[in-house]
Amino acid sequence: MSNYQYDNQTVKGFIVSSIFWGVVGILVGLWISVQMWAPSWNIAPFFTFGRLRVVHTNGLAFGLGVGAIFGISYYIVMRLTKRPLLFPKLARFHLHLFNAAIALAAVSLFAGMNQSLEYAELEWPLDIGVVILWVIFAVNVFGTIIKRKEEQMYISLWYIIATVIAVAVLYIVNNLSVPAGLFKSYSVFAGINSANVEWWYGHNAVGFVFTTPILAMFYYFLPKSTGLPIFSHRLSIVAFWSLIFAYLWTGAHHLVYTPLPDWIQTLAIVFTIFLIAPSWGSVVNGFYTVAPDWTQMRTNYLTKFFIFGITFYGLQTVQGPTQGLRVVSQLIHYTDWVPGHVHMGTMGWVTMTVAASIYYIIPKIYKTDIYSVKVANTHFYLVLIGQLIFSVTMWITGIQQGALWKAVSPDGTLKYTFMEGLVRNYPFWQMSTAGGIIFTVGMLFFIYNIYMTMRSGTALAGTVERGGR
Amino acid sequence: MAGEIYKKPVLFAIVSAVVILIGTAVTMFIPMMMSHMHPKLDNLKPFTALELAGRDIYQREGCNNCHTQTVRPLKTEVMRYGEYSKAGEFAFDYPFLWGSKRTGPDLARIGKKYPDVWHYRHFEDPRKFFPQSNMPAYDWLGERALKPQQVKAHMDTLGFPYVEEDISQLAGKNELDALVAYVQVIGTAVTKKRMERISVTVEPAEKENPLAGDPAAVLAGKEIYEENCAGCHGDNGEGDIGPSLIDTVFLYVEGDLADDDYYEIINNGTEEGNVEEGRSMKGGMPPFRGDLSKTEIWSVISFIRSLQER
Repeated sequence: MSNYQYDNQTVKGFIVSSIFWGVVGILVGLWISVQMWAPSWNIAPFFTFGRLRVVHTNGLAFGLGVGAIFGISYYIVMRLTKRPLLFPKLARFHLHLFNAAIALAAVSLFAGMNQSLEYAELEWPLDIGVVILWVIFAVNVFGTIIKRKEEQMYISLWYIIATVIAVAVLYIVNNLSVPAGLFKSYSVFAGINSANVEWWYGHNAVGFVFTTPILAMFYYFLPKSTGLPIFSHRLSIVAFWSLIFAYLWTGAHHLVYTPLPDWIQTLAIVFTIFLIAPSWGSVVNGFYTVAPDWTQMRTNYLTKFFIFGITFYGLQTVQGPTQGLRVVSQLIHYTDWVPGHVHMGTMGWVTMTVAASIYYIIPKIYKTDIYSVKVANTHFYLVLIGQLIFSVTMWITGIQQGALWKAVSPDGTLKYTFMEGLVRNYPFWQMSTAGGIIFTVGMLFFIYNIYMTMRSGTALAGTVERGGR
Repeated sequence: MAGEIYKKPVLFAIVSAVVILIGTAVTMFIPMMMSHMHPKLDNLKPFTALELAGRDIYQREGCNNCHTQTVRPLKTEVMRYGEYSKAGEFAFDYPFLWGSKRTGPDLARIGKKYPDVWHYRHFEDPRKFFPQSNMPAYDWLGERALKPQQVKAHMDTLGFPYVEEDISQLAGKNELDALVAYVQVIGTAVTKKRMERISVTVEPAEKENPLAGDPAAVLAGKEIYEENCAGCHGDNGEGDIGPSLIDTVFLYVEGDLADDDYYEIINNGTEEGNVEEGRSMKGGMPPFRGDLSKTEIWSVISFIRSLQER
């Protein structure tokens, strides 16, 4: 019998850091949503839409998303391997390096250092920083898993392993570039080939940052917080392997009707449709897990977050493949429909699941209860309403834009100039700002709740577990 | 047996990596080795030093967040923007700048559509031309000098050809000069199709303005004029970037033109090489057939005639 400690400090550090970067990212998001309809909100040179939009996407994907993934994965890995991290000091260094890298990343994007690759905008010195961060994460996760005290690897560990491998391949390949000075580089890929590499990356960044690690959280914290076992182990096996197989084929659905060879587009569309199946494997598994006791939707606030989160994941993974179809793409591609789609996934699925995981973790490592279930419920309804207003508004605008661009007069000429189409977006863009504000207020309730929970408990440097056998 | 893999993390990681790499290989690595992924139009030229400097600024300012650079092969898209994008016209784009969102219009065929001075004015204040535009102003680029040695280093990195003079000439230029130079070269490797005017199913224009003498047409034309024409020809047709419409010189020759000639010019623009009534055009005015219907064009002509009568 030997007692051992889980390192809570690093987990907590990552969670607090990710919330901080999340606030920055969300506020910048609100700002650019105003710039859509009020150009005077552009403040040159650092705060124009073109620069702020990448701060928004990178701040939330890397700051909030990856930060939470690092911290929560460490939490999950320690518990599923029944041992502390193999290199706890390295994990602490990882945290500090992460915050330094995100801070520098934000500054560099404000300054306009931008590779113009969506979700891979950071210039080469920061790319190297990101790779180092990822290697540290990989070493600690794999090392800890290899030296685990629990023979069977649970579902969440599969998803974490797949995440570590896929993101490494994706990030390194897409960022291959030739430096032309410390702050500027040119991609080694050109033309249609660079488009193909970028969207292979871009789509799978969604797959392996906003999907697989979040599913790892879902599969771990849903049973933990409901006390109900995962419905089907077999279904989770089938869903896992088919998901990680199919995802990598689908990037070119972002390039429908571009000069990219048709066969790559068609292949991507076919696999995109197939992807509904493994995605819904997890959705069904989640629903049936809670099925024995649906009353938890009323009585357990965490269940509500997880079930709504997985529901949005389910909607997202039907809407996404639909958008890949040529006949739909020609109408909605390049319109506001697409940001509407993305925000259902990020505001609905990712943020809800991450927030619920944090609601579970923080009281545990502070040895206390959540400060207020009421505040958590307020948070839930505000982010839900905010997200729905945002997404639905953007879908309507998107269809309108697509339709106006295509509209033809009886004499065969185009019916609307570009400007005539643009001005019709303004009321919808204002509405999306309103949705964003509601969402932001919801997130402030979340932060307040977490802060008060931390204050009311006593931070434990480590959770002592009775281990060994 | 198959269940063993969930107890062997190293094996699990290897199998996962293989599963992930299959789709990666088929859709990304293998195409990369194929020649049809690296096409190049014969007349496509590498960017000049000034154009590359402008492209760097386009990247720095994140223009691709609001503007795409691909025209899809869809009928209305070709009508609106011009010839659909070809695989071979992006060979020197490291990386591609197609973008994914059209908050502003597509720019794949913007090169040479307007004269340089139009772009300077528009970058300085987009709302001068389009009062309801949401594009940020980029007047401040005009105050920032280019750094010739930096541009040279960038040209060297990409291996694009240049002579020393190209670099030394950058000394007096600013960032706005570079950006305009880049914008003016976008999509110009594809020759404009003269045929476009026929492919659009516009009935042959009447010889005379069917709306002549209709005061409602003058009113409607005024609105269309303010939206589309005033930016270049002035609020009252007095001329600015574009020539005066109320003097007696048309297409560089003394003497007015007939209504149907006006129609032709508005419909097709003044592309260099086009000839109207024996008068050669020198470019500068974009075609409006994609933006204005037949009735709208005749209404604008009615309004222009009313300006001339004042």
